This record gives sequence, C-alpha cells and structure tokens, in this order.
Amino acid sequence: MPGKLKAKIVAGRHLPVMDRASDLTDAFVEVKFGNTTFKTDVCPKSLNPQWNSEWFKFEVDDEDLQDEPLQITVLDHDTYSANDAIGKVYIDIDPLLSCEAATVISGWFPIYDTIHGIRGEINVLVKVDLFNDLNRFRQSSCGVKFFCTTSIPKCYRVVMVHGFVEELVVNEDPEYQWIDRIRTPRASNEARQRLISLMSGELQRKIGLKVLEMGGNAVLGYLQCFDLEGESGLVVRAIGTACTLDKLSSLPTAVLPACNSPSREMKEPPFSEDPNPNIHSSGPSTPLKNQTYSFSPSKSYSRQSSSSDTDLSLTPKTGMGSGGSAGKDGGPLKTLLRQQTQSALEQREFPFFTLTCFPPGFLIHVGGVVSARSVKLLDRIHNPALGNTRSYKLLDWNSFTADEPETRDAWWEEIRQEIKSHAKALGCHAVVGYSESTSICEEVCILSASGTAAILNPKFMQEGCLDSYSEHSRLEDPAPPSCGFCHIPYDELNMPFPAHLTYCYNCRRQKVPDVLFTTIDLPVEATVMGKGSLIQARLCRLKKKAQGEVNATAISNLLPFMEYELHTQLMNKLKLRSMNALFGLRVQISVGENMLVGLASATGVYLMALPAPGGIQIAGKTPSDITYEQHISNMQKKINDTISKNKDLYEVHPQEIIEEVIGSPIPESRQRSRLFRSHSESSDEVSELDLSHGKKDAFVLEIDDTDAVEDIHSLLTDAPMPSGFYSCNTEIMPGIYNWTSSLQMFTSVRVFRLNNVNLTNQGLNKIFNDLCENLLKSLYFKLRSMVPCCLCHLNFAVAVPEEELIQVAVTAVAMTFDKEQAQENFKANMEKAIMKVISENEEQLQFPLELCTETPAPQPFSPSKGTGHQDGGGIHTSARATSVDYSSFADRCSTWIELIKLKAQAIRRGSIKTTASQEKGSPLPEGRSRSLRCMRPFPSSTVSVVKMTPLSFLPGTRIIKYLGIINMFFIRETTSLREEGGVSGFLHCFIAEVFAMVRAHVAALGGNAVVSYSMKECVFMENPNKNQAQCLINVSGDAVIFVRESEAEATAAAPQTSSMQNLSGAAEANA
Amino acid sequence: MDMSVELDVFVGNTTIMDEEVYQFWLDGYTVNDAVKVRMEGGVLEEYEASTDVLLSDTMDQFRTFQMCERLLHTPAKLANQLLFQIPPHRQTMLIERYYAFDNAFVREVLGKKLSKGTKKDLDDISAKTGITLKSCRRQFDNFKRVFKVVEELKGPLVENIQQHFLLSDKLARDYAAIVFFANNRFETGKRKLQFLSFQDFAFCAGQLISNWTVGAVGKMQQLERDTESGAVRQLLNKQAKEKHPICTNNMVEDMDVDLDKEFLQDLKDLKILINDKDLLDQHKSLVCTALRGKTKVFNEMEANFKTLSRALVNIAAKLTNTKDVRDLFIDLVEKFIEPCRSDRWTSADVRLFLTYYTNSARTLDTFRHQVTWDRYMDVIKSCILKMYHD
Repeated sequence: MPGKLKAKIVAGRHLPVMDRASDLTDAFVEVKFGNTTFKTDVCPKSLNPQWNSEWFKFEVDDEDLQDEPLQITVLDHDTYSANDAIGKVYIDIDPLLSCEAATVISGWFPIYDTIHGIRGEINVLVKVDLFNDLNRFRQSSCGVKFFCTTSIPKCYRVVMVHGFVEELVVNEDPEYQWIDRIRTPRASNEARQRLISLMSGELQRKIGLKVLEMGGNAVLGYLQCFDLEGESGLVVRAIGTACTLDKLSSLPTAVLPACNSPSREMKEPPFSEDPNPNIHSSGPSTPLKNQTYSFSPSKSYSRQSSSSDTDLSLTPKTGMGSGGSAGKDGGPLKTLLRQQTQSALEQREFPFFTLTCFPPGFLIHVGGVVSARSVKLLDRIHNPALGNTRSYKLLDWNSFTADEPETRDAWWEEIRQEIKSHAKALGCHAVVGYSESTSICEEVCILSASGTAAILNPKFMQEGCLDSYSEHSRLEDPAPPSCGFCHIPYDELNMPFPAHLTYCYNCRRQKVPDVLFTTIDLPVEATVMGKGSLIQARLCRLKKKAQGEVNATAISNLLPFMEYELHTQLMNKLKLRSMNALFGLRVQISVGENMLVGLASATGVYLMALPAPGGIQIAGKTPSDITYEQHISNMQKKINDTISKNKDLYEVHPQEIIEEVIGSPIPESRQRSRLFRSHSESSDEVSELDLSHGKKDAFVLEIDDTDAVEDIHSLLTDAPMPSGFYSCNTEIMPGIYNWTSSLQMFTSVRVFRLNNVNLTNQGLNKIFNDLCENLLKSLYFKLRSMVPCCLCHLNFAVAVPEEELIQVAVTAVAMTFDKEQAQENFKANMEKAIMKVISENEEQLQFPLELCTETPAPQPFSPSKGTGHQDGGGIHTSARATSVDYSSFADRCSTWIELIKLKAQAIRRGSIKTTASQEKGSPLPEGRSRSLRCMRPFPSSTVSVVKMTPLSFLPGTRIIKYLGIINMFFIRETTSLREEGGVSGFLHCFIAEVFAMVRAHVAALGGNAVVSYSMKECVFMENPNKNQAQCLINVSGDAVIFVRESEAEATAAAPQTSSMQNLSGAAEANA
Repeated sequence: MDMSVELDVFVGNTTIMDEEVYQFWLDGYTVNDAVKVRMEGGVLEEYEASTDVLLSDTMDQFRTFQMCERLLHTPAKLANQLLFQIPPHRQTMLIERYYAFDNAFVREVLGKKLSKGTKKDLDDISAKTGITLKSCRRQFDNFKRVFKVVEELKGPLVENIQQHFLLSDKLARDYAAIVFFANNRFETGKRKLQFLSFQDFAFCAGQLISNWTVGAVGKMQQLERDTESGAVRQLLNKQAKEKHPICTNNMVEDMDVDLDKEFLQDLKDLKILINDKDLLDQHKSLVCTALRGKTKVFNEMEANFKTLSRALVNIAAKLTNTKDVRDLFIDLVEKFIEPCRSDRWTSADVRLFLTYYTNSARTLDTFRHQVTWDRYMDVIKSCILKMYHD
C-alpha cells in the first residue's frame, strides 16, 4: 500500500432543484476511487447542503494514484425511484504526488453533467499520504513533474536535457461500442470521459517511467493529443522533452532534487533487472516491455504522386529553410562542435526536443523547418485482450506482443525517422520545436510532424556536474554571438537545396541564408528590427469524395501541392512586410470529405543578421496588350504601396546605406530574393525541387499563372491591423518589451457553412481567406478597449467537421503594453529587459555575469549612427532592444573587444546612464493605482481570480511555484439545442464552463493562474434537425502561483498566497 | 451568399462586456436594432470594422447577457458563481443597471398590484411609453421579484433590499418605495396626479415608511439621539410600548411595509381640531397672528384656513379605511394643493402656513394629541411641500 488517498466532502451550493414538488433537493455524494465507493449522508431539502463528511480513506497503489481520477458524484436521493444524478467532478490527484507541487486540493468545484452542464458547486478536500516504497519493479512514476510549458520553467534550472520521450495508448471508443445503442447519452459520455481520463493518467505514468529510466525528473513541453478514430478506436498519445530540473534557490548541494527522492533512489536499478537488459544500449527512448501494442492489420495507404508503387509509404515532406555554409574562419570550430554534439546526440534514436524556447547558448545553429506527413487508412484496432467486454481494466498491455507491424507506434516511428533524415540533410543533428498532429476524416488519417533542424550545444546533453561545465565553456568555448543561430549549419559547397547565402549582417564572418523559417520562438539573443507580425497562408483544395484507398491516394496527391502553395504564400507575405524570418511556423492540413484545408501561421520578423528582403515584382507573360500592361502596373503599384505602408507599421526600415558605412562584403543580390522550395518525393534522399520559375535571383510573380493571381489576391486582401494592435503566434511579440499586467485570454470558434455546392478552388480559397480575416477583425474589435495591445500566441485550429462546414477555433491572449513608456522610457525599459534576461539566464544557467552591471546599451554596428540618420528611432532602439550578446553565455573573451567598441560608441553618443536610476522610472504605477481603485467595497466573493494564458509567463509577475499539469477532457451534449440558444448558445456556454472548471481546479490546488494553456481539441458535431449537438473539448496547461514583481521584492521571504490572490484579483478586475 | 456563419462564439477568461451594448440589451433592442444604433454611433469608423463584425460582437454580447440574466435574478450568486469571471466593479455595474428602471414605466405601475393581471397591461404601457415590451417585462419582473423577497423578510425594508439585491442606497430606496406603494396600493394614476414624478412619490414613500409604519417605531429609537425632535419621539416610543407591550423591537421591525394601525386609529382623535369650534377658532387666530405681514397671500390664507384645516384633519381621520389610504395622494392634491394653487400660493407660502399650522396646534390648551399630531403633520407637511410644484 504505497499510498493513502483521503477525501472529505464539505458542502454544496447553488444545487439545481431536483424535486419539483418542494422546489428543493435531497442531495448526497458518492466518492469513488478505483473500485471503492463511499457515500455521504443525505442532506434533505436543501440547495446548499452541508455534509461535512468524515475523511473517506482509500488505500491504493501509487500506480492507480497516477492513472485514476477521484470521482465525485452528486445525487438526489429518491425514496421511491432510482436516485437521480445531479453531476460529477473528476479530480486529477497527480499534482499531489509530487511533494514539490500542491499538498492539498481544497475548494469549490463545479458539478458537471454532460447533458445539463454545470449544476451547482461542491466543496471538497483531498489529501494524499505517500509511503516510501522501495519496490524495484514498480510501475509508477510518482514524482516526475510534467510541464506543458515549452521553455525552462521560471523557477527551475535545467541540469540536463535528456531528450525525446513518447508514448501512446489505445482503446476502443465507448461511443462506438454495441452497448452504446442501449445506454443513455449521459452514460456513454461519462464512460468516454472516464476512459480518456484513465488513459491520460496511464500515458503520463508510462512517460514518467521512461523519464526515470533516462535519469530525469521532469518532462517539459508535454504535448498530449487524442485521436478520435471512430470505429477503429481511441488513441491517446504524448510527446515531451525529458529533463533533469533543479529548483532555483534551493541549495546547490542538492545532487538529488528534492522532488525526486522517492523515485530517484531506484532510478538506476529497476530496469537493469529487466528481462531484456540489452534494450538499454539501444537508446533512451527504446520501448520497454510494456510499450508494445498490437493492432489489427491496419494498412497504410500512402502513395507517391508520381509513383506507381502502391505499397510504399508516401510521405510528402518539406524542408523549409535556406542555406549556406560555414565561413572558412568558423570552419574548424564548427566541425569540432558538431562532433561533440553529435556524439551526445547520436546515441538517441530521436534527437527531438518539444521545447520552443531555449537558454541562450543552447541553440548553436538553426537549419530550417523540417516536416513530414503521411496518409494512413484506419482500420479497427485489433485487441484480442479486449474481446467483447467493456471493462478497461481487463486490458493488460503487457500480455501481448507486437506481432502486427502496422501499429500506430510504427506509423509515428516512420514519420520521426523521416524528420530525422531531413534534419540530417540540413546538416543538423537535432530537431527543436518539434510537434506532432493528426487530422482524421472517416477512415483516412493524415499524420504530421514538424520541427526545426538545429545544431545544439552538446553540454546540455552531457552527464556531469554543471559547475565544471560553466568553467569549461568560458575557457574553451567561444560563445556564439547573437547572430550565431542564423548561421547556416550545412556545408556551403554541398548544400541540401539551392539557397542564396550572404555573409552575416551582424558578425560578417559566417554565411547566413536570405530567409529563415523555424517552428521555435525567437531566441532571446536574436537582434530584430521593428516589430513582428502574424503571417498566415490559407488554402483550400477541393477533392472528390471517395472511399478507402482511392481517397487516401487522392489526398496524398494533393498534399505536396498544398504545401508548396502555402509556402509560396508565406514567402510572399513575408516580403510584403519586408521581413526575412518566420518563427513559430505551424502548418496544419485538415482533411474533410470533399476538401482539404491548409493553414500556415507564423510570426514574421526582420532579423538584423539576415539580408534585407527585396520587393515583389510582377511580370506578365504577354506584354503586347496595353490594358494588360496597365493592369500589371496597377498591381505592382498596389504591392509597392503596401510594402512601404508595412515598413512604417512594423517599423522595419532596412538601411540601404549600410554597406557603405560598414564597408563589409555584401553579396550582389540584396535587392532580390528568391523562392526556394525543397520537395522530396522519396523517403530518404532529399531531392530538392527548384520551383522558382527558373529565375534564380528575382522574386517574380507571373500573372498569367492562375496560382499567381490567387497569390496576389490573397496578398492584397490581408487587411491591415487597426492602429494600436499587433499580433503574433509566438510567445511574445518581437519588438515589444514594456508589457503592462492586464491580459485577456480568449477562445473564439466559428463554423461556416458553404452553401454553393459548385465552388471552384478559387472561390473556396476566397471564402476561407475572408473567414480568417473576418475572424481576426472581430477579435481586434472585441479587444479594442485594450489598445495598445498585442494578440500573442494566436493559435488557429482548422477542421472540416462535415462536408460543407469549415471550423476555425482560435485561442490567444491579448496583452496590453505601455505606449507612452515605449517612447519616453524606452531605453530604460530595454535596459531592464536586458537585465532581466541576464538575471534569468544567470539563474537558469548559474553563470556569474560580472559584466552586466556595467553594460551600456549594446549597439553593435548601429547603422543609424554612422549615417547620421538620427530619426530612425525604430532601428537603433530596437536593435538595442534585443542585443543581449552579453547575456548569452558569459564569455568575456570573445565579446571583450566588442564591448569596448560599444562603450566607445555609447560614450560618443553621450547616452550612458546608470541602469539603476532608470529602473526607478519604470515600475508599473498602474498596478498600484488599480488595486487602490478596487478598495471600495464589493459584494463579498468566495471565488478567487484565476488568470489564464497560453504563454509561459505573466507580464509583471514572477511565477513562484508550479503546482502541476492541468489536463482535462469534457464532453457536452444536448437534445434541446434550440432551447439552449442554438449552436452558438450551446458552445458559448460549454466553453465558459470549461474555463470555469479549469479555474476551479487551479484555485483548489492553491494556484492563481494557468500558463501555457491550450485548447488541444474542440470537436463539434450538430444535428439541428434532431435538435441535438455534441462537443468534446480537451484543454491543458500548467497551474502556477505567481506574485507581482513589485510584491515579490517586498515580500520575497514569505509570499502569502491569499493576499496575493486578492491583489491579483483586483488588478484583473480592471483588465 | 456562398457561405453563412453557422456558429460564432467568443469567450474570454474575463467576461468582456460593453456597457453600451448592455444598455441596448436592457432596453429590449433586437440584435439588428442594436447594430443599427451602434453603426450610427460611429464605432465602425474608428475600427474599420464591417457590419458583420458589429453583428457578431452584438450577438455574442447579447448571448452573454442572456446567460448572466439567471444570475442577476439573485445578485448575491453573481459574486459566488464560477461560470463567468467578472471583476467586482463590473458585477456591481451589471446588477445596478439590470435593476434600474425607467421613470415613465414605474409611474405607470406605481401603486398597482404586481400581479399577472397587471402584466397583461404591459402591452399597453409599452405602447404608451415607447419602452419596449421586453424592457417593460424586465422592469416589472424586477419589481415583483424584489417585492416577493422582501415581503417575507424581517427587518428594515431598504436594508433588506440592499442586502439581497446588492443595490446602491439610492436604488434600494426607490425599490422600497415601489414595494411600499404596491403593498398599500396607493392611487397614483389619476389624471390629477400626473404632474407628480416617481421621485415625488418615492420621497413621500420614504416619509411614510420612516414615520407611519409599525417598523418606524423601532427605528426611531435609534434615530432619537440624532433627530431634533428627539424628545417627541421618545415620548412616542413610550406610548408605542405601552400600547404594544408584547411588541419588542424585533417583532416590530418586519412591519416596515404596513402602516401602523394603532396610529391610524389615533388619528381620529385629531377631529377635535375641527369639530370643537373654539379650538378651531383658537387655532386659526394663532396661525393668522403669526403669519400676518409675512406673506402676500395672507388674506387668502385667512379666508381659507378653516377649509384647509378641515381638509387635512378629515384626511387624517379617514385613514383607517383602506380605501381612503389609497386615496391619500389624490386627497392631498384635490383638497389642499389645488385650492392653494388656485390662490397662487408659492412654495414658501405653503411652507410657512404648514409650519405655523403644525406648531400652533401644540400650544392649544385643550388639545391633548400633540404626539399623534406631530407624527401626522411632519409627514403631511414634507409630502405636500414635495408635491407642491407644477
């Protein structure tokens, strides 16, 4: 008995009236864990019952503790007939299993019913007593911490990054079982909710085991997804990055992190006694005995567009990026680095990292985006152990072996192999910002994976003491400059694809590509000009309705063209904004019965290290016609106008004179840009297609081409953002640093019905494009009171739920920033931002940074200085804004000379001020006045404010504790759709309920915010004729406790949760 | 159209509410009407948004308000519910605005029974006032809801309303007046009363509640220290306690909505002022002596003294009849205000007259009902003064 779970039911409130006669309810509660159930007394005739029950105690294995949720059912007692269920609460007790996270769960939970929604609230107390168990063969992984956050959590230091972990579990979907025909929708929904809860628990436990085996104690960037495959079953899969984390400010002597004590002890031994000991040698992510599943023969239909070989798995894939080579001077060093890193990484089967944000110095070079897709036909998952029984627990995953080659595991394995080979082709040994997704329509499934090929600093992957490491790096390893990650990782003479290279505009020493596409966040050390911008490419393609293989083939054939067109659109839109790099690129292709919908979102920026992009030139094929010429020149003019408008909007003003001033070797073609396109057809070799219309040096759109007309159309229909608004899909907006604390997270869902059945591709495209544009416009309008503000982490999810429906779901956070401050105290803020980066880095990496106190505004190679272009505030300020060279790796030797240069420059400009005095000018006065305003008495509330954000941080605050992962799955169904306000009313209410349940769980853990929040799934189905609708939502995030930065300083020693909650509540109140 | 929006929702972690749109919703606008008005208001130009954007936003907010409406019926729940995260000051705004009412509407239903029958008349009221039927319904339902809740509660009316509906002091007082009028069914709809605003009546209701109800007796104990006529009230309390030996404070307090029957009975004693000819003459001469030279309408006052005094005392004496209680305001207007007005008395004249009229009665040797007289006249005087306008 390694654990005792204790639960106490305190009270209920706002219960629904269950007895029409008395207008009251006789409520009691069933508390269930595993197969044990306890009941409270009936509290007669009350809508606000006080049970104040005893402590219900469950003695359970910690394995069950991880898998099972605590299930609380509130019922109405009925003497004569069956008791009516009011609703349920599922409580994930995982956060209580790590002694570093929450210690008690206590609070009001909404009582949820899948048919009626939230029906009152219940106050519950839950505790866990864990016994130290030294069982070596245990299956639990209590103590491993999970984070959705894709960066290093704020109050931790990473000791070591172990690498990729993945796992999946499958089961039959209760919705598709025979019994579903005779049971109520409620029973069916609850069976599904419970099953998914169990499966997520099991999945998390298994991943935890792998982490322990690798010697880690945490999973970062944990990404769990559901594949609702319908008849063929239910797949829950997850990927993440295993790490060893160390709590900051804990004693450095802690070789064993405190959190890990129970599991740590047997970290080494348990698997050495494994029946297959040699498994160890094959790599950390190699499956253990319990990892294999067998599926019924599910065939893979994947064909190449050009190939006649039907048995080959087709995987259209793309390497987006551009290339160049190592400069000669950097050569040997680079080779050395690569060797080191490779040795560390090549041991791994998949050197993938789900992280998108890294400590400075982690990323050495970035190659570009690598992606792979595969079309599969789903078949019934064959589970002999399941038989006809519904009971999930009868399943023993360990009892059967993988005799079927085509399992879901194998599918993903195949895709990952491809990604790995793409990365290799780009000269990279690792993939960062890695993610996987699926799109399912009937029996067709598109599996997608993408990431960014990169070369990483091997030090983070090596076992060993970090102290010695830091000295090491200072002595031997010249820190890469801020532009380092832009330098090409591949060989210039043996480029994987045709690309245009120039010398880096920052260091002038190494080669950089003309354009860089990545799936990661902008590295902190990157130097950008102006602000960033959300860039979206949207595309619909009609497809004939078909079944089975024919359908899969049709889809396979369309995919490469869609990827190509999305890429072209992205490129065009990037040029239109005079930018040269994309971050956070996410390409979704969703499959429907009669169409494919593609949506690529990314954040464009102007990287100072990369060449300025040229304009876009339109060329006609038949120059004879005068009206035609006119048409073309009109369009050209429009495009040029847009470009110049955008330059002002985003404050991107590349300096044309830059080369004269610096006198550096700038290759000839700065004005031109070209599109390169890599498109491989077979699995292993990367045969690149050059589809740039044969013109290697100019970005030319030929107007005769219907695609080009579409491109131009979509280029010019992107409405400009209203003033005061910015948007991006990355964590933060490049170029904005002075965030205020007010924020608004939101989810918006739209479903469109296509009425015209005879749509053309162009017509469809226009509709889809308008749809996205209008949605954005609506968001801007809704949030207009927050101006100046930025929509961050704009995450679009498209789906084709039915033949004529397109669904778009957006989750993002609107954050305000201070414009006044931006102009007046800009510099002060920058300094502060830099200092923050420095101090954070210092904390994260434990590098002493003596330099930072005397660091003036770093301004390497400021172009505005030399040209006397003093008004170009956008340039030098923003350059300064992100120049964090010194913070990246405290390498004094290599930056020493630069520092002196900079100081000299700064002195000449007479702009040296002490950081300390400026910092005084820029605290957040707002926060204070706000809390004052809220001092007037308001109705007393027992509900504490919980903030939610898709970002990993809350501006103006410091996260002091991570309480555990929130991973919730809900189903809502109605048979009275009209009465609930139609589909919009139904979904509006459901989303609000989901938010409420997330907030309640976080508050019960003692938290006041959810960070890295995301809505992973929103499956909506309707049948208006039957007055019915159903929706499934899956959300996740990290529950945290934060304190305001100003308070954190004041009460650093003992932060008090309650008072802090009040204050943060007051601030949000004004948001 | 090639496409139509099937579903369109926006949900914020903090519920977004536009006060302007809330007002449209409260006023019973349809979504389309609200969009039209918003467009004319020029929001669009500022944000270059299309009609679609405005329509989407308006629909969304109307839906949010509709979902909140259930909670607004029991405002205390709004602060403790989990579904919507609404900052406290917004909650206060939502509640206050939801319970706000149109003066034109309340004038129509003031003093009427808040029953189903009246609800049918809402169509007519809507047509007459130009307030949408939806808004009329909300306002009427609010009145009824507040009435039903406080009807069963002990304790002071205004405080009860404030506590249960979290309204501002001002709004709670207005609701107290509405409840009081509905309970006593005062006639306010007659043509002759049309010149009176809701605020006039609300003031009078306040006077009646704090002086003429059974609950007033208890409250006066607390007030006695602060008020100028403390001595009188002390006396009054003594009297009240003698009369209702069983009624201790708590028992009395839930009687805030009903007039003090004992007091009404006592009012009959005041008839001596008009029935006893000596007393009437004495009273008149005292008043006239005091007023001479102080007003331009002295002659009219002197001439009308007996008529006016009879009118006021008769009103008092008749208040034991429920029917006459209902006619209190119409009687005051017909029998006092109108005669004065036709003689062109100014407000100051009326004040002067009523002050001396009230005070001199105390000095009458044979008049033994000073306490009752003051309790009656204090209220009548302030009501008449409030009602004495065009």
